[in-house]
Amino acid sequence: MLPLFIIIPLAGAFIISVTGKYSRKVSYTITWLVTFVLMVLSLKLLIKGGFTSYNIGGWAPPLGINLVADGLSILILVIINTIVFVAANYSIGYIGKYTSKWTYFALYLVMLASMNAAVLTGDLFNLLIWIEVGGVASYALVAFGTRAEELEASFKYAVLNTVGLLFILMGVCLLYAYTSTLNMADMAQILAQKPDNKLISFVIVLFLIGAGMKSAIVPFHAWLPDAHSSAPSPISALLSGVLVKSLGIYTLLRVMFNVFGITLLISKTFLIMGTASIILGGILAVYQNDIKRMLAYSTISQIGYIFFALGLGTPLGYFAALFHLVNHAYAKALMFMTAGAVVNAADDIRDIREMGGFGKKMPVTSITSIIGSMSISGIPPFGGFWSKLLIIVAAIQAGQYMGAFIAVIISIITLSYYLKLQKHVFFGELKSKWAGIKEAPVSMCVSMIVLAAVCIGLGLLYVPALKAIVLDPAVNVLINGSSYADAVMK
Amino acid sequence: MIKKPEQGMTIIVKTITRYTVVLILLFGIYFIMNGHLVHGGGFAGGIIVALSYMHVMLAFGKEVAMKRITDKTIQFLVGLGSLSFLILGILGMTKGYFMYNFFRTPGVDYIGKPFSLFSSGIMPLMNLAICLAVASGFFSVFLALIFYRLSEDKK
Repeated sequence: MLPLFIIIPLAGAFIISVTGKYSRKVSYTITWLVTFVLMVLSLKLLIKGGFTSYNIGGWAPPLGINLVADGLSILILVIINTIVFVAANYSIGYIGKYTSKWTYFALYLVMLASMNAAVLTGDLFNLLIWIEVGGVASYALVAFGTRAEELEASFKYAVLNTVGLLFILMGVCLLYAYTSTLNMADMAQILAQKPDNKLISFVIVLFLIGAGMKSAIVPFHAWLPDAHSSAPSPISALLSGVLVKSLGIYTLLRVMFNVFGITLLISKTFLIMGTASIILGGILAVYQNDIKRMLAYSTISQIGYIFFALGLGTPLGYFAALFHLVNHAYAKALMFMTAGAVVNAADDIRDIREMGGFGKKMPVTSITSIIGSMSISGIPPFGGFWSKLLIIVAAIQAGQYMGAFIAVIISIITLSYYLKLQKHVFFGELKSKWAGIKEAPVSMCVSMIVLAAVCIGLGLLYVPALKAIVLDPAVNVLINGSSYADAVMK
Repeated sequence: MIKKPEQGMTIIVKTITRYTVVLILLFGIYFIMNGHLVHGGGFAGGIIVALSYMHVMLAFGKEVAMKRITDKTIQFLVGLGSLSFLILGILGMTKGYFMYNFFRTPGVDYIGKPFSLFSSGIMPLMNLAICLAVASGFFSVFLALIFYRLSEDKK
């Protein structure tokens, strides 16, 4: 079942690239079907739970490449495939204004395949390749509008991320030279037997830079505001909601926790980088007047929360981090979709000062946007409230009073800039030039409603029965770092 | 094609190209066909095959080359090559594993026998599929560069 997560989207992408230019309907249908099937498969995997390993070509792990689905992989896989399905549904309504739509859907499915594969693979070099594939697909998608600012954003994104990947490549090379294996589980076992070494510290730094660039943590965040605000909105939703988490945070977690083993030094680094991201992203977001740019800075701030909680090093901290990761993925995808609906209706104007009073004309977008904002800012009873509360509780338990204080303050600032967004866009007087705006097409509305419902429901993840299925297996992977290697090499 | 002096490079380049292009193509095919036995393979061979087409395009000009192989065909071939690689992988699933080498005789020849062309199961077929995808992909990158250059000149 595991290779299906790679085969189906790739097959869809290649079929679209062969047939897509003859019929637009074919590419819509294929994308919708592929993403729907994968969503169902991922949910099935979540319910089944447990640990699954698959040997590609029948070659056993140390020699061959294997696919591994443990708690952490499955959690991220479910997030990826649900959001990608909703965003595909949204794209069908959104993509109307662009030309050569089949290219968009082909690249979209390649990006999906790469994220699924990066999360599932058990081989370090394979992981690097899939990150690169996902990167290339997303560079092209960011530049899809082909206007000057989009091309510039895409170029900046491409250059910075390629440099980041070079660091990872160098790290992989050094590790391969040191351990003579590329399988992550095998590598973890060999590293555990070898004495502590300066080389490992160096490689850890390389991975921190490379994967940190992908996850846009301060000081590697420069590409994110441009790329996320220039991309077509469903792609922004994917970049911010999923790609940053699957290719960036997941990679970092897998390598740090399951290959090297987490140390105090790595935890402290996470803590410092996380705090810097929380502050910088939060404060910069307040000053933005571009609706999508504000959301992009908010992403940096929320990623900071995730890293901050990971850096606490306690089981509750890990739990809170993953919980916040889930909440932020859905809420931010929803926010970018509502922003896309607004920008689409307002003739590509993204400055919120020129808008106002859209709430009366676009009720669905307005209500879903409020739900998304409230979830990210941490207003009860939405999911975001529980995860932020847990982060703060975990910080106090771990003795990080200063960090907890910063988290609370920036949380209030988060609320303030989301209120600013709501006030300027949906409330107030409707200007005369916007008299003719209409609600978004049905497919976009449906997608936003679905995600809003998910955002409300995510608070339930703290209920023990659901927690045991969804979050606990993933947290256990982080707590027992060596259990991954033991399970794979068994 | 040699009789159109207004297109492409000089007659010397054109004449030499007519002889060498076949050799380059042949060298690429040799790489692909021996990829499972010696160094080489679909990727390297595909690039050499693409280079031979570029050679024709550089020497004889864009119009002459595009008459033989159009950008639509190239786009189709990229998809076809990747798709056939994937189908080979999926066919392996009938024998239990994705990418399983289902053609080979069990235990004997999965690493390939020197001087024996089809001796390692599906590997030569996979090399062919990769060659198709890489050659047409590489060539389409080249085409894209040429087209953008042209549109810039028109300004």
